Amino acid sequence: MAVPAVDGASDAEYERNLLQRIQAGDKTACAECIDLHSAGVYRLALRMVGSPEEAEDIVQETFLNAFRTIDSFEGRSRLSTWLYRIAYNTALMRLRKKQPLYVSIDPPAADDEEEITPMQLFDWCCLPEDDFQSNEARSELERAIAELPETLRAVFVLRELEGLSTEETAQVLNVTISNVKVRLHRARLWLRERLSGYFTELAHAAQG
Amino acid sequence: MNAHELHGESHGESHSNCKHLLADLSDYLDGEAAAEVCAEIERHLADCADCRAVVDTLRKTIHLYRTLPQPTLSPDARSRLFAALSLPK
Ligand SMILES: [Zn+2]
Repeated sequence: MAVPAVDGASDAEYERNLLQRIQAGDKTACAECIDLHSAGVYRLALRMVGSPEEAEDIVQETFLNAFRTIDSFEGRSRLSTWLYRIAYNTALMRLRKKQPLYVSIDPPAADDEEEITPMQLFDWCCLPEDDFQSNEARSELERAIAELPETLRAVFVLRELEGLSTEETAQVLNVTISNVKVRLHRARLWLRERLSGYFTELAHAAQG
Repeated sequence: MNAHELHGESHGESHSNCKHLLADLSDYLDGEAAAEVCAEIERHLADCADCRAVVDTLRKTIHLYRTLPQPTLSPDARSRLFAALSLPK
């Protein structure tokens, strides 16, 4: 349902125009904005809170909040970056309410996480493709992503699943660029380690 | 990567570089590492089976999650959202 840029206008021009229309109170423009960005906002929320119902609530709050404060958006970042930022903060507030002891509202320092040393050294890439595409393998991967440490998960989702640049991710999360890079690298190593357990076992079972 | 954790037995190649190279692997796989860093990593990989396994499985891990089907907002959820914001559907 993505709305393409009209008349060959560039993405930036389209977005400027969309923004002006939303600021002027054009409801069709709000609908266009939602159809462009709600899926991404929903996925970020879903990966952060884990429940589809709660993620849906966060999407609602995000757009309510965004349209209410759209005049304060100066267009210095992309609209999507701004929306992800609102969604991220909304999700964080909810998590914090649920587990006040575990979720800090301040971004953690880069050095408060342990270094990840690869322990799984079996090369399971030789498994047949079917073993990677099975429902079981996909569930395993979904579970692994859901279990990513809190501090790594948002960076991982924005960079790797939503395709934001390092700079955009840093803007959304209000952390430094080097912090984004370090956390993404840790998230990848963490997932590799986690998946290696599953795939190595599969490879050994296949060998009998 | 710590040489003692990675390599139970010693053989010819020096493994003091394993841990040092690990930090650059994401840049390497993203094609963002400097040419001399790439060369250094590739030289090391040629002689270190453990690091080869880490690089291969890391690359595969990245490919697997990038090709995972993405959840999306259902049409019902979209309707509820539009209703909540008093927008025309
Ligand atoms: Zn090595």
